[in-house]
Amino acid sequence: MNQRSSSLLDEALGLDQVIEPWPLRGRVLTIEDRVETSGSFVLHHLLKRSLSPNSSNVSILIAFSQPFSHYDRVLRKLGCNLVSQRDNGRFLFFDMLKLQCPVGDEGITPGGGLIALFGKIHKTISALPEISRKNVSIIIDDLSLMEVAANGSSNYVLDFLHYCRTLTSEFDCSLITLNHEDIYSIEDGRTFLLQMEYSTDILIKVEPLATGLAADVHGQLTVSNKGRNKASNFHFKVKENVVECFYPGRSRD
Amino acid sequence: MAESICRALRDGALEGELAPALTIKDSVASPFGVQVLDHVLSQFFSCILAGKSPSRGLIVVSFSRSPSFYFELLKIKGISVDSSDKRIHILDCYNDPLGWKDRLAETGNFRAPSHEASILRGGKIRFSIAIDSVDEMLRHASVSSVARLLSNLRSHDQISSIFWLLHSDLHTGRVTSVLEYLSSMVASLEPSIELANGQRGDMENFSLIEHNSKKGKFHVRFKKRNGRVRVMSEEVHIEQSGINFTSLSTEGAINHGLVPKVQFNLQLSEKERIDKANVVLPFEHQGNGKPIEIYDGRRSLVNSKHERPVAAVENVQTNEDSSWGEIIYYRDSDDEMPDSDEDPDDDLDI
Repeated sequence: MNQRSSSLLDEALGLDQVIEPWPLRGRVLTIEDRVETSGSFVLHHLLKRSLSPNSSNVSILIAFSQPFSHYDRVLRKLGCNLVSQRDNGRFLFFDMLKLQCPVGDEGITPGGGLIALFGKIHKTISALPEISRKNVSIIIDDLSLMEVAANGSSNYVLDFLHYCRTLTSEFDCSLITLNHEDIYSIEDGRTFLLQMEYSTDILIKVEPLATGLAADVHGQLTVSNKGRNKASNFHFKVKENVVECFYPGRSRD
Repeated sequence: MAESICRALRDGALEGELAPALTIKDSVASPFGVQVLDHVLSQFFSCILAGKSPSRGLIVVSFSRSPSFYFELLKIKGISVDSSDKRIHILDCYNDPLGWKDRLAETGNFRAPSHEASILRGGKIRFSIAIDSVDEMLRHASVSSVARLLSNLRSHDQISSIFWLLHSDLHTGRVTSVLEYLSSMVASLEPSIELANGQRGDMENFSLIEHNSKKGKFHVRFKKRNGRVRVMSEEVHIEQSGINFTSLSTEGAINHGLVPKVQFNLQLSEKERIDKANVVLPFEHQGNGKPIEIYDGRRSLVNSKHERPVAAVENVQTNEDSSWGEIIYYRDSDDEMPDSDEDPDDDLDI
């Protein structure tokens, strides 16, 4: 039931066929959401798929947004036990809730801040067994809070993301990030968002319907997959244990 | 047209001239700049290998993609080179552009990678430069310093030609203009169909988004030596195998600029244009020699023996070729002046 319900999303991402080797290897995936339509469910779905029993993928979650207990609770409802995955080394949780880069530290000292975080990620991946090293997903939740931790320096965050992208070339790992589209005003420039869109291989936009709120449809997903030269658009509804994705007009409720 | 660009880069500069410079400019609405750059780079490098260019080598300054990507790209295009080939050198500004890995190595957290070999040297050898992203340069340096660097490169005796990629919507108009002024060629990518009100992600615009993700318009502005500017346009199609350039289709050539986007057709087909031209307008100076008829409301529609049938189809119009588009006009009274081509406001003293 869970597999069928998100099959449109899996199909758009190439996750509907085999997942070993991980189809998102070496790819950068960006999720953009809005206040009315949170994209967290996409992140949770991808985390769950990456920890599938049929794959040897290792997931590193860099959490600026929520503590471990939150993700554990959510993923349990989706049928995935993060505690046991953490215990058997497939899930690594980096708690960044309290990270605050020292003021003025924008790449100057490697002792703290985002440079140290990058070093820690690189060291973690390098220490994995060879079979796992080639199947790593780095998930960042979320970039806006990373900017806050970096004292508002989007340039510093972009530098960090650039270095994370080098990991996709060096280790063939995948990089999955979540960001909020509507916190960047047109006056300030949407440069940060545009930089992300240029450098991403797969862009998932989670948006409300053009017609406004609805009981049966919570929003729409637009998936632009540069690698497959394909774009998909469909509606979704978030339920207790599952998210249903369907083409417009075809809700089963 | 892409061949014209490659030819200009291949031919390089004459003695005493600045090296030709190409800006490839795109935006997120038509993000095909990297595909165009890849195409130009591989085509141009083929010319270098074939000895068709005064340039003996290509330096690729890679900010946004790893050096190995470019060797893979050339291999896919059927050009087999390896990193030891002296005709191509990838300057790695991708893996550690800010020295983070070096700094982490100092703290023992990292093993620093070996440094790149020295760049091509030699007094007389000319080479060309490709910069895969001036955006990264502009993120870390001022526009004036980047402009100075590019200008110095163009002026250098050993530089035969130079080209770079710019995402125009990451910068202000001023920055884009500065780089365009530095270029002898500007290749711009635009969406095939402009989205309504610039809205993106709207469900109603999804089909347009999908269309624009595979097609676009490609305009190139050449600055000639004699000062003239020539603009050429083509269509681009993005496929799995790469990018294709085709001439603009007729549909694309229609000037969308002045025609509002509505759901009914405001254009005329060729047949409609011919039929419209065949309609003879009811101006009386276009008369066919037959007497001008004045309608008298008291007259019945039944003809008297002195008048020709009123309802006759051949009444005023004599264009025998036209079976459509007939207008029958009767003047209301003799007092009414006949129609004329003269402008009735001509006598006004404004």
